[in-house]
Amino acid sequence: MAISDNRLSEEGYKSNFKDIHPPFENYTAAAVEANRCIFCYDAPCMKSCPTSIDVPKFIKQISTENIKGSAHTIFSSNIMGGGCSKVCPVEKLCEGACVYNLLEEEPIQIARLQRYSTEKAIKEKWPLFTRKPSTGKKVAVVGAGPAGLSCAHVLAREGVDVTIFEKEQRGGGLMTYGIAAYKVTPEFCQEEVDYILSLGGIEIEYGRTLGEDVHLHELEEEFDATFLGIGVGLTRTLGIPGEELQGVADAINFIYEIRTKPFNKIPVGNKVAVIGMGMTAIDAATQAKRLGAEEVTLIYRRTQEEMPCTEKELNIAKLDGCKIIWLASPKEIIGLGGKVSGVVCDIMALNPASAGQRKLPEPTGETIQLDVDMIIKATGQLPFEKLVNQNEFFNNNGRLIVDDQNETSIASIFAGGDCVNGGKEVVDAVQAGKDAAAGILNYLNIKPLPTEPLIINPLKL
Amino acid sequence: MADLSSNFLGIKSPNPFWLASAPPTDKKINVLRALEAGWGGIVWKTLGSQVKNVSSRYSAVNFHGGKVMGFNNIELISDRPLQINLDEIKEVLRLFPDRAMIVSLMADNSRDSWHELIKKVEDTGAHGLELNFGCPHGMTERGMGAAVGQDPEIARMVVEWVMECATVPVITKLTPNVHSVVPTGKAVVEAGTNALSLINTIQSVTGINLDTLVPNPNVAGKSVFGGYCGPAVKPIALKFLTTLGQNELTKNVPVSGIGGVSTWKDAVEFMLLGATNVQVCTAVMTHGFRIIEDLCEGLSNWMDEKGFANATDFIGKSLPVMTNWEELDINYHIVANINQDKCIHCGLCYIACEDTAHQAINLSYGTPYNTYSIKEPECVGCNLCSLVCPVDNCITMIEQRKGDEYLNWKEFQKRGLPLNDH
Repeated sequence: MAISDNRLSEEGYKSNFKDIHPPFENYTAAAVEANRCIFCYDAPCMKSCPTSIDVPKFIKQISTENIKGSAHTIFSSNIMGGGCSKVCPVEKLCEGACVYNLLEEEPIQIARLQRYSTEKAIKEKWPLFTRKPSTGKKVAVVGAGPAGLSCAHVLAREGVDVTIFEKEQRGGGLMTYGIAAYKVTPEFCQEEVDYILSLGGIEIEYGRTLGEDVHLHELEEEFDATFLGIGVGLTRTLGIPGEELQGVADAINFIYEIRTKPFNKIPVGNKVAVIGMGMTAIDAATQAKRLGAEEVTLIYRRTQEEMPCTEKELNIAKLDGCKIIWLASPKEIIGLGGKVSGVVCDIMALNPASAGQRKLPEPTGETIQLDVDMIIKATGQLPFEKLVNQNEFFNNNGRLIVDDQNETSIASIFAGGDCVNGGKEVVDAVQAGKDAAAGILNYLNIKPLPTEPLIINPLKL
Repeated sequence: MADLSSNFLGIKSPNPFWLASAPPTDKKINVLRALEAGWGGIVWKTLGSQVKNVSSRYSAVNFHGGKVMGFNNIELISDRPLQINLDEIKEVLRLFPDRAMIVSLMADNSRDSWHELIKKVEDTGAHGLELNFGCPHGMTERGMGAAVGQDPEIARMVVEWVMECATVPVITKLTPNVHSVVPTGKAVVEAGTNALSLINTIQSVTGINLDTLVPNPNVAGKSVFGGYCGPAVKPIALKFLTTLGQNELTKNVPVSGIGGVSTWKDAVEFMLLGATNVQVCTAVMTHGFRIIEDLCEGLSNWMDEKGFANATDFIGKSLPVMTNWEELDINYHIVANINQDKCIHCGLCYIACEDTAHQAINLSYGTPYNTYSIKEPECVGCNLCSLVCPVDNCITMIEQRKGDEYLNWKEFQKRGLPLNDH
């Protein structure tokens, strides 16, 4: 047993990492689905979208062949509507609320339709938004992830000059670095970032890490306001013996590697255990399998009823051949010559929950042992607590506390996204960026106009 | 099992479904395929004046993802040599003696032309003639087709010529491109036609190509008015059909119903409003002759369920209830009812009523599903909500009479009863 890379042929990698949700091949295919939509009023799908995309409207626009209008409708609410169409857990958001579910019929393929319009817009670089003349106001955005980009786009449209400080070499945040490669490709993430920046008024400085290459006091001096969209950091530790052994990996790092290196350069074990059952755990487990691991086992201390991932995600893992052990919690990682050779888990039982609380898993006293050579921890990410405390922000265990204007306890410093909510979906971060932009505009005394109407000069397109 | 056989002026066919005079009945190969598939009869594509058809002949109207809700053509009558058509008709009659064979005619505007054409056609052994007074394009510019049907006196004259010579039953096909089909209908009945058929196609522009800005169909950069047909025209056809059944003279001759018949239900509707049989074209042009199977089975099953042994048991049965507006009962009142168990919370009833009707639906916001209920005092019983509701039998209209007695508008006025106060 060993951890090794280059397990598959080029074809094997290509096939394993191909798009899991193929797009509509042509207009006819999209139109057939668009015409299924009944154009609900005050639609449940729209209300179930954290960014409130007017879903019936954009779908109707596809059916009338007004694809530019459709893309504009989506991007007006969610400038990362392209990426979200690929990575959103729509089964618990828009598609989960589609009224067709109540008829026991397949819901409208909202994500696929959204992808149809947005990909076209991004590919053909449609200039759907215009930036107002510069107000002379300058805002710093820390983090070019979904929250930061969404905030920057709203501000830039209103004539604010935005500078984004990003620690990585590319924008997109978790969209670029933290999501399974079969859902969204790095190339698409780059195109999406470029499309957002094509509005103008947004500069990105890459390789600038808050607290290291750039400091809050500098931003306070140089800019009229600052938005922190710094996300969350690494996975929390398990706090069990053997965690330091070679072969114990962090899911965030593991996925980051997959996103930044060729697939054949990513080492993976023969037998892999993934700890956790959130979306990241699924992304880590399925990709470990797709990289050529012989056996992948997901280990979760509660039951399917309590799992954080959606059933659809669980099914991806199952279809990939991942095994699942419910009600088990790692107790000790066993090593051989400094390398992981197994993991011992407590068999857990769920105690009845007291009102309003999750059932608590407790060890039964029984244990099981799994022979594995790699362990991937995906038990939730931790906030950048040190950074937050150094700067004396009000916080909740490292999560920034903001007021109704999304301003932190430090005047002129706003925040949103994972660094505030502790880690939610991309689409939640996009909305948080919009909300913070509204707070910043208010703070800067800039009155945003209502969403601009789509006026296209056909001669320009 | 219901008896589907049909008798139209003594012309018998195993079922009441004939193919209308049109491209599908243009030549032997098509007609044989149709008869093999089970069609009851054929109205052979119009013979007569010499013409040449252009290329690019059809266009269509699509709706909400459905193709060919309406269909349009600028094809003229048969442009094949008359003798070939006559030979083929004879051959088809020999191969399928049990099917109805009607030949559609449109001669040049002279008594001699009509007489000559009728004699040649009757020599084939065809069972009947249909006079094409309806074609709305091309032929009208030469004073034929709809140009005849639109003028009762010209139509009367031509039918008189025809009746001097014809020995088989004559059906006169009427154009809908008129305010009312009754004047022409009366004139041709008075002139002796044995039956009527309607409708022919309706003059139309189906749409414009938004890239080239040329209307459809595009013939080398130009277009002309075409004849509109298909499912979209059925309601117009049913209206014209009804007016024939309501007229004291025209109601005495059988009518062959035409205009958007696509399903057995459409056929039943035509027959309920007085058609003895129906003719079909667009539906086979979009789906082929095989639809005859469901037309027959659907009709048969419906007749069995309703206890009708023959079509004559129900032909014209809906005519008596078609009345004048001022005879309607004002005391009849219905209100909408939403079955909350069936409701899928789409809000279509609400927005339709709120924006365009009577603000009679209450919205109670929910996440993500709103609840909708009827404000009965506001509901005028217009049916709009039930029409837009996507769920079968979710919104039903419940009778809540305003008074026990029948009360029509004349009586309402006579009594000086109050109008709406808001």
